[in-house]
Parts: sequence; C-alpha cells; structure tokens
Amino acid sequence: MRTASVVLAGLLALAASPAWADARDDAKKQVEFGIAVAQRGLWREAIYRWERATQLDPTYAAALNNLAIAYEHEGELAKARGAYEKALELEPDNALIKQNYELFREINDRATRKDTQ
Amino acid sequence: MTARLAKILSSLAAVAVTSACGSYSEISIETPIRATMDVSAFQRVFVAGFISGGTEDVDGNLETTRLLRSQLRTKSSLRVIDADSLPLQDVAAEGRESEQAPPAAVKDEKDLDAYANLFANVEYWKKIGEEYQQPLIVTGTVLFTPHQRNSIVQREEEVYDSFGRRRVVPVRTYQERKGFILSPKFIFIDGRTGTVMHSTTAREEILYNANQATPALSSYFELMDRVIPSFLSTLSSQKIKGTRILLQ
Repeated sequence: MRTASVVLAGLLALAASPAWADARDDAKKQVEFGIAVAQRGLWREAIYRWERATQLDPTYAAALNNLAIAYEHEGELAKARGAYEKALELEPDNALIKQNYELFREINDRATRKDTQ
Repeated sequence: MTARLAKILSSLAAVAVTSACGSYSEISIETPIRATMDVSAFQRVFVAGFISGGTEDVDGNLETTRLLRSQLRTKSSLRVIDADSLPLQDVAAEGRESEQAPPAAVKDEKDLDAYANLFANVEYWKKIGEEYQQPLIVTGTVLFTPHQRNSIVQREEEVYDSFGRRRVVPVRTYQERKGFILSPKFIFIDGRTGTVMHSTTAREEILYNANQATPALSSYFELMDRVIPSFLSTLSSQKIKGTRILLQ
C-alpha cells in the first residue's frame, strides 16, 4: 500500500505541469512532420512546421536546429544564424547542433566575407 | 520492498531520458549564396591580367589569367573574351621617371603599392573597355611567396608493449616546415566608365615538411582552389552542397 502511494506520488510529480507536456507533445508532432516533408524536398512546409514547433515550445532546441537548417537551405543566412544560436543557448553541449553550426559558419563567413569598395 | 520501488523509479527515469535524447537523421542541403556584385549590365568579361610576383617559380599573371578564364567559362553566364593579357607592368611604368617607376620585380606587398595608380587610371581602363565592347574587366595583383615556419607538430606513432600489443600514441616533434602564401587582390572594373566597381582580397597559406619536395605550381593551384569559390561568388550566385543533422 505504502509502495503504491509512493509510485503514485512519483507519477503525479512527472505530470506536475501538464500544459508544458502538452506543448512539447504538440511541438514534437510538428517537428516529426517537418522532418518527413523536408526529406521529400518540401522545405517551405518544413519551415512552417518547425516555426510552429518553436512557437508551441520555445525551449525545444531540436526544433530550432531544424529550423536553422531549413533557413540555410533557403539562403536566409541571418535567420539561420539566429536559430542556431538560440538552439545552442538552450543546449550548449549538444555536439550535433554544434557540428551543424560550424558547417553553417564556414559558408556564412564566405558569403559575408569583408570585401573592399 | 525498497528495491522494487527503486526499480520502478529507475525505469521511469530511463523512459524520460530516452525520450529526451530523441533521434536524428542526416539530410542533404544546398545553400544558395547570392552574388556580391550585380553584373547584369555586362554580357562579356575580360580577365585583363595581373601584376604578380613573390617567386620566379610560378608566373602568377599567366596562371591566374588562365585559371580565372577557364573557371568563368564554365561557372558564369558571362562570355569570356579570349585575348592576350595586358602588359600592365609596362603601362604602370609609362610616363614616369625611372626613379619613380614601380619596381620591375615584385617581391612583397610593399612593391605592389607602387601599382595602385594603375588600377585607378580611369582613362586607360575606359579605353580598354571601348576596345573590347565594354566588358566587365577583371584585373588586380597576385603575390605568391615562399614561406617557412618552424613549429611543434603532432603526429601518431605505433608502439608495441612487452606483450606485443599495438598502441597508437601522439608524438610531438619540432619541425621545420616550408610552403607558400598566396595573396591575390581581384579588382573589377566597369568597362563602360573605367571605374573600379568592386575589389576583394584573400590570403591562403600552405606548409609542408621541409624534406617534402612539392612543386611550386602545384602549391599555387592548391591555394587557388581555396580562393576560387569566393571569387566566383562575387560574380554569380552559387549553391553550396552539404549535409546537416535533423533532430527530433
């Protein structure tokens, strides 16, 4: 009986913020759909899905990472940089986001290289 | 009872951790880079030649002119004019007293400063423009200099212990390294007006072990390979292929 009540308390604690959990679940669905359409080359639709995911859950680093990649593909380099930087603020130790950001920076530096005249 | 409780809680934690980590997939992307310059007013491009120096092993003027023309032929919509490159060093020296004339052999960047007036000579470039039906003119300077640097280099070495087991260990050694520095400056001139529209500089270097005999010309091409994408993106939009990781 005592064990059951402890487990119940644990489960209740896990579900302490249902609104947050719902938002992350909805955002996750948007992210998954975004990946599916990006893999079919529908990048504008993917951007719409990942922007929606970041609105639903602004702390979702994976959604920001994917959004940054889509912006990169569309040539919107300033937006891509912003999204990568937000993703890394949320998960500074995420090696995959770091790797994507390094590759992006190589291209971005080339595109914005300081020219004269 | 406590053990059972711990087991239940640890399974719940494992589920939470697994769902937090998620999964990932690789995807190919093509990043478009817009051209720095608007060259829509031109139908032709004339790579006029370069003031070059640094080493006698490579003719920087000849090689750069050839390379840029061949790259522009395949990667730009402009028609490339095939004509002899201009005798820029002679043009720069024209009308000057011998002590004021720019040095005939360019050894370093300081020697190149004496040629700055050449590129600002609007009348000269306008005349060249008229001769070639007002193209976009590409000119500039190319300095390709030998370079040497001694530094600590890390390499991997195989070692075997007393049981014959192989291990790879990093070994740091002090090494003399030799190579080259390539510093081109590309100047884009409007053939209709003779004025400079845009200019861009680059600096790339390469170093080899001192005992490695790499021909100067192959080092030149290796370094130009790094510079060419940026040169081309000045004139025409490029798409850069790559892969990224999508996360869930």
